[in-house]
Amino acid sequence: MKKTFFIAFLLIFFVVSYSQNSGNDKQVLESKNDSLKVYQMQEVIVIKKKATISEQQSKPLTSIDDYLQKSVKVDMIKRGAYAWEPIINSMSTERTLVTIDGMRIFGACTDKMDPITSYVEVSNLSEVSICSGQEGSCFGSTIGGSIDLKRSKNAFSNQKWNFNLNSGFETNNQQKIIGAAINYADSLLYVDADFMHRNAENYNAGNDKEVLFSQFKKINFSTTSGFKLGKNKLIEGSIIYDKATDVGYPALPMDVSIAEAIIASIKFEYLPLNKKVYDWEAKVYFNTITHKMDDTKRPFVPIHMDMPGWSNTFGYYSKIKANYEKHHLLFNLNSFYNKSKAEMTMYPENPNENPMYMLTWPDVRTLYNGLFLEDNFILNCHSSLKFSASIGLHSNMVESEFGLNSLQIFYPEMKPQRNRFLKSISLNFNQNHNGLEFGIGTAYGERAPSVTEGYGFYLFNSFENYDNIGNPNLRNEKSLEVNAYIGLQKEKYYIKLSSSYFHISDYIVAKPDMSLVPMTIGANGVKIYTAINYATIFNINLTSEFKLSKAIKWNSQLVYSRGKDFENNNLPFISPFSYYTTIAYLKNKFSAEIMLQGNAKHINFGNLYGEDKTPDYAVVNANFGYKFSINKIKIIAKTGVENILDTYYSTYTDWNNIPRQGRNFFVNLGFSL
Amino acid sequence: MIVISFSKNMEKAGILITKFKKMKRFIKYSAVCVSGLLLLLFSACSNDEETTVNELEGLSKFKEIENETHIVELYSHMSVEQGFNEISIQIKDKQTNKYVKNAEVSWTPLMHMMSMTHSCPKSSIEKVSENGNVYEGYIVFQMPQNETEYWELQVNYTIDGQEYSVSSNIDVPASIKRRINTFTGNDGVKYIVAYAEPHHPKVAVNDMIVGVWKMQDMMNFPVVDGYTVKIDPRMPSMGNHSSPNNVNPSQTNAGDLYNGKLSLTMTGYWKINLQLAKPDGTIVKGEEITDAVPESSIFFEIEF
Repeated sequence: MKKTFFIAFLLIFFVVSYSQNSGNDKQVLESKNDSLKVYQMQEVIVIKKKATISEQQSKPLTSIDDYLQKSVKVDMIKRGAYAWEPIINSMSTERTLVTIDGMRIFGACTDKMDPITSYVEVSNLSEVSICSGQEGSCFGSTIGGSIDLKRSKNAFSNQKWNFNLNSGFETNNQQKIIGAAINYADSLLYVDADFMHRNAENYNAGNDKEVLFSQFKKINFSTTSGFKLGKNKLIEGSIIYDKATDVGYPALPMDVSIAEAIIASIKFEYLPLNKKVYDWEAKVYFNTITHKMDDTKRPFVPIHMDMPGWSNTFGYYSKIKANYEKHHLLFNLNSFYNKSKAEMTMYPENPNENPMYMLTWPDVRTLYNGLFLEDNFILNCHSSLKFSASIGLHSNMVESEFGLNSLQIFYPEMKPQRNRFLKSISLNFNQNHNGLEFGIGTAYGERAPSVTEGYGFYLFNSFENYDNIGNPNLRNEKSLEVNAYIGLQKEKYYIKLSSSYFHISDYIVAKPDMSLVPMTIGANGVKIYTAINYATIFNINLTSEFKLSKAIKWNSQLVYSRGKDFENNNLPFISPFSYYTTIAYLKNKFSAEIMLQGNAKHINFGNLYGEDKTPDYAVVNANFGYKFSINKIKIIAKTGVENILDTYYSTYTDWNNIPRQGRNFFVNLGFSL
Repeated sequence: MIVISFSKNMEKAGILITKFKKMKRFIKYSAVCVSGLLLLLFSACSNDEETTVNELEGLSKFKEIENETHIVELYSHMSVEQGFNEISIQIKDKQTNKYVKNAEVSWTPLMHMMSMTHSCPKSSIEKVSENGNVYEGYIVFQMPQNETEYWELQVNYTIDGQEYSVSSNIDVPASIKRRINTFTGNDGVKYIVAYAEPHHPKVAVNDMIVGVWKMQDMMNFPVVDGYTVKIDPRMPSMGNHSSPNNVNPSQTNAGDLYNGKLSLTMTGYWKINLQLAKPDGTIVKGEEITDAVPESSIFFEIEF
């Protein structure tokens, strides 16, 4: 069955390739047909336009995690100083879709210590686009939304070289950052290469309280080269190598000795003159991740254990953009094949005793084939109707007999393979008239359970303090969503209020099974993944920007979320009322900014899911920048103080209430030639 | 198909042709490789080869006992040791050098102690298959040999009405892990509970076989019928945690061994704590595991 599907999709892929190549090629690659007047709900966070750091960023060399946090839709679950887990619309990894330039990648850690965002660097990326709910289903199924990390992109030009050197230092954790980038471009070829290294010691929370095991080291190397194959054809190869070592996770009982990723892709892009089909992009990709947890440095370990995990993914997508009368169309045919395996070996105190070995992810193979299409129908010059739909064939296969036997202890009737059919559909209406914009939308989407939810074996969750067992019999989780926004854009100000509501049926959570005895020493019990009737999540946020003068801008964000299950229990990691406001000054070579950020008391905490009350907090940050040149070298200098008042605080997203960083002075320097 | 369409464009591309060819080939090959790999990975292997039945498969010979007419060969799965041992027998006719197919076989194990001699639980001996020449049964050596005390095995057999006998000492070393419990129950009866299977435990739900006998006198150890052997597998090295969905061994038919299910969630050292229960549920021996009682007085050990 699967073979047939796969062959069918492969055939479609090649047929599409053939038909695309028969078009003529007079159009110049640089002049992309981009005349779309499309109102997107998606949010874009710009990291940097080129290899150079941007003086507009408050802290240009900060982590991707910190950039993502700026979005009103995204928050980050923090288990330490490194590798924060993004949550979109208050939903975490299982319910979201994170891609790098459309590539699917899956973390190799059973404890979510390596979200995809941890395998890239700011030096690799130019921007991040965030889609809410089903609008993010272009590259696969999602419930909460998607994050696509977009790589920096060079362009063909007259022959030129560009050199960049970036460097930073932070006092709180002695983080040293050094990065370099080389770009070359001519009319037929471009090559970008960049490197970045970070090395940080333990950070101090407010009042100089050292947070042990919060250190990390990371190197990242990436290169992209494009060749022009004709006036309107391009082939681009890209590779990212990322390696983090000695990463502490103060909120967890274990650290990470190594997390390593190789992310490679080859892309072909074709821009036919044909006005109807104006862009075709196809990519074949491969990535491999190795992740090893380490408890050898912890002082009190009831039993020493090794927990390595591996995740390999192959995939492709073929994306076509077309215009037909008033329709702006997007088709994306995509597929991936992932292999996820994780082990746990525990070493008894008696060295003569055999080690205790188990497969915590039983070599699960996931094959997904999906087709996404979107039609943006321009009703008139002010309004448009966007329709999108996707179908996907999702198959899980437990390849390891050892793993299958293990799970059959709990599910004697379990079959190694399970196929699913995933659907999504969404409809949005947008209008923009005289600066007043509004939109409403509704959508339905489904997702398959994650490897952990379906096949995890005695995975310890230190937040709830339970061992978790997957459930291969889970049904698809289904989400019904409505969203709306209203905004007003005038010369001096911009205000936007947007909101979304999700009703998620067959909502997957882990529930305690009192008949089972936990494996992990000190755990409260064992939970089995199961589907509860439904859960609801409501998000509302207000963003505003006021131009107080030519040089001064005042930006604010207010966010509030509420999440409950069908029995009115609060869900965990749902944002209380939170605010972020900044006043920025930018004139000529000088920039300055002051920020206030905080949360109200988190009273609607998910007690049932291991969460407790978090007090309110507020922190103040400030930064200053200066841009100048020495000879031909352009220099951008940024310096600032975070948490000026050295507040000791922890937020609702801090795993096991670990405190956040205290006062921190930083310097970021960018040199470019 | 792709090749043709690509090559048209290539003529214009001049210098890039070679680079492009390589690239294109790479794409093509990786596409082919990827799809090939995928197909390979997803093709289910179903090798239902029929093998000719070898009655001695997996067994190894541990002893030959000879008399004037025959050589009696003894086989077992693993080396014979204290506990439950499945033993297979072949009888070779010295004259014809062929294995005898039509013998009636019985046996008597004897422990020669300083002060006395006693036997142990044992089964009758059956032929494995009608046309074969292998006979099998089990013997439960409840104690190991030592420097002064030893086991002797006597095999009696009848061929075409004529009786023969062989006898020899056999080595029964102590088992490293506990496979047998010999105890006097609170009903005053002397019981023997032995572990038979799984031989090769796996991380899975294992089919478990144990045996329960009682000592009627020095020479007779009949099977105890209708009891239940309650099992509670634990890992003492890992917080003494248990495993789910075990089934306590019980009998299907009187005289049989006891069948149950043993769940092992990981490799390593497992202590299978036991309680022997009468048909009415009263416990004859063994304790329930609690925080205060980490192990039962009767148990088996396995390590893998």
